[in-house]
Amino acid sequence: MAAPKKPQVPGLLKGLGVTLNTMAQTLKPRKLGGGSATVQYPHEKETPPLRARGVIALREDNCTSCMLCARSCPDWCIYIEGHKELAPPRRAGGAPRKVNKLDRFDIDYALCMYCGICVEVCPFDALFWSPEYEYSEPKIADLLHDKTKLGEWMETVPEAPALEAGAEKKKGK
Amino acid sequence: MTDLADRQKLSYIAAQAADARLNVELETEGMTLNIGPQHPATHGTLRIIVRLDGEQVVWAEPSAGYMHRGYEKLTEVRTFPQVTALVNRIDWLGSFANEVPFILAAEKLMEIEAPPRAQWIRTILFELSRIANVGLFLGDLGVQLGAVTPVFMAFRDREHVLNLIEGATGGRFHPNFDRIGGLKDDLPAGWIAETKQVMKKLRNFCTEMEDLLFGNEIFQSRLRGIGVIPAEVAKQYGLSGANLRASGVDWDLRRDQSLPLAYDKVDWKVWTHPDGDSFARCWIRLQETRESTLIVDQLLDTMPSGPIMAKVPRIIKVPEGEAWVSTENPLGEMGYYVVSKGDLGPFRVKIRSASFNNISIVPWVLRGVYVPDVISILASLYFILGDIDR
Amino acid sequence: MLAVDLPYWAQSLLRVLGGTVAVLLPAGTIVYLFLFKMMSFMQSRLGPMEAGPYGSMQLFAEVGKWLQKEDLAPDGADKRIYRMAPLVVLVSTFLLVAVVPFGPDAYFTNFDAGVFYMLAVSSISTLGILMAGWSSANKYSLLGGLRAAGQLIAYELPMVLAVLGVVIQAGTMNLQQIVVKQNSDSIFGWDGLGNPYILTQFIGFAIFMIAVQAELTQTPFDMPIAESELVSGYMTEYSGFRFLIFFIAEFATAGVFSLIASVLFLGGWGVPFSWFGWDAATGSVDNWMNVAGPIIMITKMMVLSGIIMWVRFSYPRFREDQLQRFAWKVLIPVSLLNIMLTAILKVAF
Ligand code: SF4
Ligand code: SF4
Repeated sequence: MAAPKKPQVPGLLKGLGVTLNTMAQTLKPRKLGGGSATVQYPHEKETPPLRARGVIALREDNCTSCMLCARSCPDWCIYIEGHKELAPPRRAGGAPRKVNKLDRFDIDYALCMYCGICVEVCPFDALFWSPEYEYSEPKIADLLHDKTKLGEWMETVPEAPALEAGAEKKKGK
Repeated sequence: MTDLADRQKLSYIAAQAADARLNVELETEGMTLNIGPQHPATHGTLRIIVRLDGEQVVWAEPSAGYMHRGYEKLTEVRTFPQVTALVNRIDWLGSFANEVPFILAAEKLMEIEAPPRAQWIRTILFELSRIANVGLFLGDLGVQLGAVTPVFMAFRDREHVLNLIEGATGGRFHPNFDRIGGLKDDLPAGWIAETKQVMKKLRNFCTEMEDLLFGNEIFQSRLRGIGVIPAEVAKQYGLSGANLRASGVDWDLRRDQSLPLAYDKVDWKVWTHPDGDSFARCWIRLQETRESTLIVDQLLDTMPSGPIMAKVPRIIKVPEGEAWVSTENPLGEMGYYVVSKGDLGPFRVKIRSASFNNISIVPWVLRGVYVPDVISILASLYFILGDIDR
Repeated sequence: MLAVDLPYWAQSLLRVLGGTVAVLLPAGTIVYLFLFKMMSFMQSRLGPMEAGPYGSMQLFAEVGKWLQKEDLAPDGADKRIYRMAPLVVLVSTFLLVAVVPFGPDAYFTNFDAGVFYMLAVSSISTLGILMAGWSSANKYSLLGGLRAAGQLIAYELPMVLAVLGVVIQAGTMNLQQIVVKQNSDSIFGWDGLGNPYILTQFIGFAIFMIAVQAELTQTPFDMPIAESELVSGYMTEYSGFRFLIFFIAEFATAGVFSLIASVLFLGGWGVPFSWFGWDAATGSVDNWMNVAGPIIMITKMMVLSGIIMWVRFSYPRFREDQLQRFAWKVLIPVSLLNIMLTAILKVAF
């Protein structure tokens, strides 16, 4: 039979040993490599990895309101409105340029499923992931965040992490 | 005179009726019990209707669909990248593993193959999600049998695996990391070293579970010889994964199929158990978790360098055709039959998820068992609601 | 022998108050120390930390929470019985603690059939559980209640038989005298330790603890509650303060049974009398034992209930038929053998 051999110590005692061990491990001070597996959240926090998809941040200047992100979102939770504006020409004497001005850029985080497609498709590097996660709201409607709020999160966006050995050079962001 | 005869007749009838009543009473009336849709043992909203005689089940039927989310329909109005984001919610504990067969099917239609480094990383993440999934099963098994501690240990150590998945992909639960032609990104620096550490911890966790649960005489007496599924029946009901291997069928798609994944590059073993009982199913899973950590370790050592993305157009259109790819997911065989008409999205996707077939044996295997065994058998069959109801 | 002679009513009042404390204090400490903290540590977490220093006020927060909740009764329930059931369970606990001696004079009642009374009263809780299961109008509750009844009756027997060994050895059913006997006896003439019956009656002790585990419906014998099968067994429908009463009763009974076990097997409140030259026959035990005794008792109780809880957090549960088989085929024969052996040895020496 492929079943394991009868253990020497009765399994009942071994089980008690495991729980006792864990208790000793938990009670051992953190400094000695012990401590509990949990952290006491509001007092101590774990840092999420750099790539963590916490919240989407928007760099408004880069956005051309091309709507690509809104269209490729699987549950259509990005709301964009924009209009065209005439901006002063780049070089003196040139014709005025037409630029897209963003009026509204809202993401409904109650709907968002954090898939990252919008960040990936944005051709102008306007969207970024930030590992920030503390933005829960008592009311679900308050999870609709506008472009100012999304812009504020830009500060929390980390540098892209270095890659593991053997990876090819990456292009872009 | 007639009076008397009538009375006699009446008393005769009454006596007959009393006899009949007695007979009915002796044959105790059954009790119908709804286990679920809200029940601690159903991990969600599976409903199992059982008819009981005392504590013995005479008839049982699973009734699924309380959490149907219509994935097959949703895929019809989504583009291929969007579908990837959706499908990793099917078996939510082993989410990366859900993406792989779909992507492989799409790649098969487009006739491209991911570069070796991408295949390696895919396989590693695949196995990591298996560890996260089955590791939690081992703990949850304890809860189903009344031991409260194992599940916390399972959560503790699954956390390490989830941290790894998050570190590499950005998503703890729903990585959405697989792309047609490769992967979204390469691994961040330091990930390999960390993974090796975690794999050591998980092997330690497996030993702990062996001591705390599997070696426990009470645990064994609860599971041994309970819910025996012979190999023949298992095949007839379309079981797959550990449930099938526990019945002694040596069948593992990771080994038996040549897919662009790195399983043939490592040295590993398919575990089987001849007994086919609940204990065998759980034991197989324990061994497989340990085996997975070894697979990951070996893959990390032999990881090739190079690109992680094949040449694919920026806007993905999958050429017309049909493809079926299935892989050995944590719960069993999971496959996608993708029909494409050359559009941005699939025309039709048929999803074969393992749990749906695995619980179809419930009416057969539950007949004649006791209520406590209903729970242990359901636990050992191991299903995930999202995987049943899609 | 109390220093001051109190009138009867004052003594009674003291005893009632003492009894309440003796039930609630162990319950509270067991819940905090073992259920909140020890369990958490065994699961590598810290448990409640916010209410009070190191979470020590958590219990009061919980009690407050339960008291606020609505006291619901299902529509089809047999309301009167449904409401009474938790009280019946709790009453059994209070009645149990009445015979436990805490010191030479610190006892609630002291009568000759103490052991007998204790065994009888401990079955009342079965009644309460059966009532709860039956009256809830819920199939899970019913199954839980029936399981509980079967289990508690099955384990009452080994418990009685295990205690019989002690009674034979001590030659008395009076719990107070059992304590005195244990502390004044000697082991083969050496009286440095007294003669706690855990040494001579170890089998009895083991069986008693197993039966206690079953009586308390703690894992591995918790089928009546079996949250993964029966949702919460006979307690499924209870909420609010009635649930609280069940909860208190569960842990208070754990404490009281530990107290009884320490009386029967671990020498109770006493220290070996030879240490201080006390004489059991004349009852010349120093008065300070009335203070030290309860402390000694509580310490022993904590150790025993710690073991009960430790087992509870480590083991999966039996199945109903396995449990019955274990009681009838293993525990009862072994305890019968134990009694026979004890009787023979008693006559021989
Ligand atoms: S992360 Fe996904 S769901 Fe959320 S806004 Fe972006 S595309 Fe939409
Ligand atoms: S895809 Fe990028 S540039 Fe286009 S609308 Fe979205 S955020 Fe702006």
